Amino acid sequence: MIALLMRDLKLGVRAGGGFGLGLAFFLIVVTLVPFGVGPRPDLHASIAPGILWLGALLACLLSLDRIFALDWEDGSLDLLATAPLPMEALVSIKALAHWLTTGLPLVLVAPVLGILLNLSASGYLPLTLSLLLGTPALSVIGTFGAALTVGIKRGGLLLSLLVLPLYVPILIFGAEAARRGAEGLPYTTPLVMLAGITCGTIALLPFASASVLRVNLR
Amino acid sequence: MSSLWEYANPRKFIATSDRVLPWVAGLSLLTLTAGLVWGFWFTPEEARQGASVKIIFLHVPAALMAINAWLMMLVASLIWIVRRHHVSALAARAAAPVGAVMTVIALATGALWGQPIWGTWWVWDPRLTSFLILFLFYLGYIALWSAIEDDDTAADLTSVLCLVGSVFAVLSRYAVNFWNQGLHQPASLSLDREENVANVFYHPLLLSIAGFVLLFIALVLLRTQTEIRARRMRALLARERMG
Repeated sequence: MIALLMRDLKLGVRAGGGFGLGLAFFLIVVTLVPFGVGPRPDLHASIAPGILWLGALLACLLSLDRIFALDWEDGSLDLLATAPLPMEALVSIKALAHWLTTGLPLVLVAPVLGILLNLSASGYLPLTLSLLLGTPALSVIGTFGAALTVGIKRGGLLLSLLVLPLYVPILIFGAEAARRGAEGLPYTTPLVMLAGITCGTIALLPFASASVLRVNLR
Repeated sequence: MSSLWEYANPRKFIATSDRVLPWVAGLSLLTLTAGLVWGFWFTPEEARQGASVKIIFLHVPAALMAINAWLMMLVASLIWIVRRHHVSALAARAAAPVGAVMTVIALATGALWGQPIWGTWWVWDPRLTSFLILFLFYLGYIALWSAIEDDDTAADLTSVLCLVGSVFAVLSRYAVNFWNQGLHQPASLSLDREENVANVFYHPLLLSIAGFVLLFIALVLLRTQTEIRARRMRALLARERMG
């Protein structure tokens, strides 16, 4: 398991694109927002939590189809499936590797981009916390979507259609926590709900992902 | 002793549904016409809302069926996963577009109703928003079905998607409720109004709901038959090409 994780991490970092691309995309989204809504710092401050969450979510979405596609193409996914490792563990490792290479960097970079959007000082901690609690769920759900569409040619667009509705609750609670924090309101409740959803997805979704992956490898 | 599971045999299903279909379709046409005509022309205008209240006879049944169609797909998917009856999977596939159209009808009539009453076509009210998300779920489900060539694989994958989607649909419902709490837009109108709808509206509404239910059953039966026949035709064509 550790070996697989290390392999995926190395591939994620070295095999061009995936790692930096998400961050660059996040930066682009945040850069484009002021052009879209006009140069009004007070407006930027009020929409900053939502925009940062949305940007992180889209950046995460961008890298989802890489979770299984490359291994599928060169046949190593079949080898991994026949290895003495339960499929549930395989998809969990894949999700963890995806989070470490995509989610975690997004969490770390979000406060920096918050400066660009004039995020209020009280907003940084809840933003980081909510992203830290929410992005693992994004990776786990994304792994499910990637497992669903692994056999489909040009499944990227379908993948986003399948995954985005599933992202809704996480986006709502995450952005709500960040928004309340930025406005100086108590933000424990949405944060706890977010943590609950994340724990639930981590506990249950690997089974669903493993079963659809088995179907696709059949 | 004939059991329910015999209808998992496609031939038996087609034979039975052929016999049932005209009755269901006819009955649905009857109740739907009766309910809508009664509702639109023979009910008084409501004191505050005027004639626009009459859209309730389309809006409420469509919204009801939009949710129940997904529920039916969930049950059919579970049956497919547990007992692997092909008719069940095909019925779920057949129900999805019907459910999606019901969702669109509910959203559209809701917008038409909301415009004169709320003064806006759309608010980010929990009910409205969760319906929009339900519509997205339908789209994803239909898209996944049509993207996969092998029928059994598609049935397996969409069944799991339906299961996971159901959980997240419920989650979204509560999340959306929560999200809207702090906002100023009040949920001025809710669909639970049934109990305070006066009897003059209630009876035609019941008729039109019955009509929608029957219409849904008829459409699903018809579309399931079509799916079975289409699959048979593909099998025959494939055999011809082989021989």
